[in-house]
Amino acid sequence: MTIESKKDAGRLTLAVTGRLDTSTAPGLEEALKESYDGVTELVFDLQKLEYISSAGLRVLLSSQKTMNKQGSMKVINAREEIMEIFEITGFTDILNIG
Amino acid sequence: MKEFKTEAITENLHAVLGFIDEQLELFGCPMKPQMQIDIAAEEIFVNIAHYAYAPGTGEATIRVELYSDPSAIEITFIDRGVPYDPLAKPDPDVTLSAKERKIGGLGIFMVKKSMDEVRYEYLDGCNILTIKKGW
Repeated sequence: MTIESKKDAGRLTLAVTGRLDTSTAPGLEEALKESYDGVTELVFDLQKLEYISSAGLRVLLSSQKTMNKQGSMKVINAREEIMEIFEITGFTDILNIG
Repeated sequence: MKEFKTEAITENLHAVLGFIDEQLELFGCPMKPQMQIDIAAEEIFVNIAHYAYAPGTGEATIRVELYSDPSAIEITFIDRGVPYDPLAKPDPDVTLSAKERKIGGLGIFMVKKSMDEVRYEYLDGCNILTIKKGW
């Protein structure tokens, strides 16, 4: 997994590439913890995300909980296979998917 | 039947998935079911790694059987840890809002939803969890 981040005032965009699994999810969680400060709009660009397990979903859920307190969060460009996982798990109702 | 034995620690997850993927690729499994099978295998192996032998560690055995006509894979996970039936756990309520949703309980739910068959048995001191998926 690699994370490319772009900050523009209060808007932070994180482009996540590769696999978000048990081994890599803690890395994303760590990166997020260091970045939340001053962010009012968080965007996850998942165009290059190939795989997400429940460990990755947990990071998205806790991130959504954090952003509910300080602004908004959006998930964009998720592939069909990833969207299907969001649907099965009810994440399509929790996340703002654009 | 192919068998892979490894210490049940999360550091070995990629070796387990590598073993399964190798079998799937030999049988020409398409990308989408492969991802679903990998996710299911990850959830099950990580559960064993976290809970079966806690606070110590122990061995996990992964057996793979492939079928053709119709194409399918059956994967069996065996550990000698504490008896635990993950299928007995109630499903999480996936209709709750982010605020109400608990972080966790999703893994085995995803396994149940995406596999064609999931079976558990406790036999001779072993937890035996089997998943089957066709494509």
